Amino acid sequence: MSSTVAEPAGPSTTGEGGGRRVGPGRRTGGVRVRDYGIVVALVAIVVALSFSTDTFLTTSNLVNLLDQCSVVGLLAAGATICIIAGVFDLTASASLAVSAIVGVQVGAATSVPVGFAASVVAGALLGLLTGTIVVRSGVNSFIATLATSIIYRGLAVVVTAGAIAYPLADEADDFAMFTWPSLFGLTSATVVFLVVTALLWVLLSATTFGRRVYAVGGNDEAARLSGIRVGQIRIAAYMISGVCSALAGLILASRAGSAQSSMASGIELSAIAAAVIGGTSILGGEGAIWRGVVGALLLTLIGNGFNLLGWDTTYQQVVQGLLILLAVTVDQFLRRRAR
Amino acid sequence: MSAPSHRQERSSPGDRGVGTRRAPQITVRGVGKSYGGVPVLRDIDVDIAPGTVHSLVGENGAGKSTLLKILGGAIRSDTGSVAFDGELTTIGSPRDAIAHGVSLISQEGALVPARTVLENVFLGRWGHRGGLVRTADDRSVFAELLAYTGFDIDPTARVDRLSIGAGQQVEILRALARGASVIAMDEPTAVLTEGEKANLLDLIERLAAGGTTVLLVSHFLDEVLKVSDGITVLRDGKLVVTAGAQTCTARELVTHMVGRQIDVLYPRPEPVRDDAPVRLRASGLGGGPVSGVDLEVRAGEILGIAGLVGSGRSETLRLLFGADPLQDGTIEVDGVPIPTMTPRKAMRAGIALVPESRKEQGLVMMRSVRENVALASLSSRRRGPLVDRRTERGRVAAATSEVDVRAARADSPMNTLSGGNQQKALFAKWLLREPTILLIDEPTRGVDVAAKAQIHRMIVDLAARGMAVVVVSSEIEELLELSHRSIVLRGGSPVGEYPRGTPRETVIAAAFGDAEPPPAPDIVPATQHHPEAADDEGDTR
Repeated sequence: MSSTVAEPAGPSTTGEGGGRRVGPGRRTGGVRVRDYGIVVALVAIVVALSFSTDTFLTTSNLVNLLDQCSVVGLLAAGATICIIAGVFDLTASASLAVSAIVGVQVGAATSVPVGFAASVVAGALLGLLTGTIVVRSGVNSFIATLATSIIYRGLAVVVTAGAIAYPLADEADDFAMFTWPSLFGLTSATVVFLVVTALLWVLLSATTFGRRVYAVGGNDEAARLSGIRVGQIRIAAYMISGVCSALAGLILASRAGSAQSSMASGIELSAIAAAVIGGTSILGGEGAIWRGVVGALLLTLIGNGFNLLGWDTTYQQVVQGLLILLAVTVDQFLRRRAR
Repeated sequence: MSAPSHRQERSSPGDRGVGTRRAPQITVRGVGKSYGGVPVLRDIDVDIAPGTVHSLVGENGAGKSTLLKILGGAIRSDTGSVAFDGELTTIGSPRDAIAHGVSLISQEGALVPARTVLENVFLGRWGHRGGLVRTADDRSVFAELLAYTGFDIDPTARVDRLSIGAGQQVEILRALARGASVIAMDEPTAVLTEGEKANLLDLIERLAAGGTTVLLVSHFLDEVLKVSDGITVLRDGKLVVTAGAQTCTARELVTHMVGRQIDVLYPRPEPVRDDAPVRLRASGLGGGPVSGVDLEVRAGEILGIAGLVGSGRSETLRLLFGADPLQDGTIEVDGVPIPTMTPRKAMRAGIALVPESRKEQGLVMMRSVRENVALASLSSRRRGPLVDRRTERGRVAAATSEVDVRAARADSPMNTLSGGNQQKALFAKWLLREPTILLIDEPTRGVDVAAKAQIHRMIVDLAARGMAVVVVSSEIEELLELSHRSIVLRGGSPVGEYPRGTPRETVIAAAFGDAEPPPAPDIVPATQHHPEAADDEGDTR
């Protein structure tokens, strides 16, 4: 047995994820239950809410749930890619505000579709700028993007002169297009969220770019010596995150019928929380887009559950915080036990 | 909490010094340990006499480190018992171990990098008066410890600025400061320079003579035979034999470890064909510590680069691959000069670099074997931007089976493999690119005996098939046996070139300068700190 099996020398494995041990027969078909613990938790909450309320499984509630999830879900997908690539993007909500404002203002000057396109381009450019700053300065991404996010917020204030940006009155209906019902009765926002995350899922799991992202986050020196342009991969991750932010910003602006410099403040932390709840390692090199989506769904479900059960929503944040702690603690416990 | 009580036990500073506790008789009975249902240790019985040096040897994964960690309290055994002086104990934590006078010095090290040597040596038990730290007490004990060990370390230096060898000395000092009666060391000499190594082995003998029991895990059988009183050989988690060191030979130990007679001789490189073209030529190479290095490697030739720590041997390879920026000189591949070498250009020109540290520079440890092996060849298997999984699977399977990587499955994470298999996977990654020039930094570091022999064979075979190979190794013997010729670097510049068959004393003397290797521990100053291990004559047999 041991002659053909990966050597189970516990002492020689160190570091994060060092506990992953392959034992013959312990893993069938490549599926390990502990890898999917978060899905089990999600299903458990869904089942619990289905039984304890009459309203959870109604079409309107589920449509509403996914719609609510779309903003954090998009941001969580962007955050997941950055985290896997070994960097943090704290600019997400500031980029969201700037690109939403760009979308409204360009839309007012031209037309709504052009405005939306400009918003997405603005998100990508902001990501390019953030990424370039992080890569070129060599400052830890957490600090560099914290500073950059403050700059972007300031930029949003400058651009709007502190006022709320509205689309033209006769374009207001078009501008609300993300709230329109679309395929299968889902909102357009939900469709955008699902399509984008599906594309990113494929990008990360099936393309050479995805392989490079994992390698860069897992060991940037090994990646560099394998001929991978580490800086470019990270900048690309920031650009993807920027596009996700822009789309999330358009959804929010579309719902509110306006954009302003202080919008969605602090939501980048929810996005990172969603990524981590899903099981993406903050150390980089491990994780998946679906994990970020599951994390975002879980966070949204808690809010939804509070509403449906008629619980006092004052406790909602306490529960969300506890859930994050619980998820990460259980994950670590399982990893350690497997070591 | 318990620090004050320990302090009371050794109230006078002198007592906190060295070897004051009587070492216990250690009796291990039926100890077993499994990870995820896979047994790594089975039914181990060992008796270790007080005040002796006892070594545990075996291939990677034989369970020797696991046993050492069980004795040292870092991990718990599933079955069996360990008794100190007949008193059955369960050492469940490092704290229990310290209370029993057992100190474990592991490969990974357990130092607080940003704090001083003094703080680290007395970690958790600093001298104090009513909660205020009093370094004066610690300093006097520290001075005694230095006098005893012959180490030369500045107590105020930050630990992260020390060389690996000096860091290990800090750990030894800490064990002694805790009055350890049993010191367990995992591969202590693997990262040391020749001088540090000699000093450490000498210290081990003195510790044992002073009544401390030393438990040792080492791949270097010569050392083991030199310092040990007793040797336990493990294989596949089982005890093969425990014997007195006087009655063993290295060959017997290897036979026990591998379970069969294996050829410990180095394969001979085939002669280079007369018409073999020059593949790689570098002249006036300079950058970092390196200056004025000229070299030329022909197809089918194996060139060795020898030198001490900081001599620039690894840096030379890194310059050739473009891993570090080239400041001076030119590099030509097949007669074509390549300006401003980068890893990408090097790879396109057919150069591959198997780097010094597989964990830090070579592999993405949490990713799968398949992803790692394919990592350097992603674009050549491009099917649009999508990874062509079927082709990849086939090519990776072929590459890994060619170098005999043993993994449960191709999507097992890299960190579940043994060191030898990781190293072979690293070779597979680069061989997949079918390079014409292979640069290898430390081909067999931290690799077990069988894998070592396989890697040596592979290098010789690759050269025989026409590859130009440049090898850097801290094992002089490996270098001299495998290479057609070796150049020796000192202080970043070449000092000589020696053909295969040169006595290794000659090469070592050249690496050290004119004279014999200095016996004193050579602590590398912070500015020269380098992760390389020493230049040594590490004999694997």
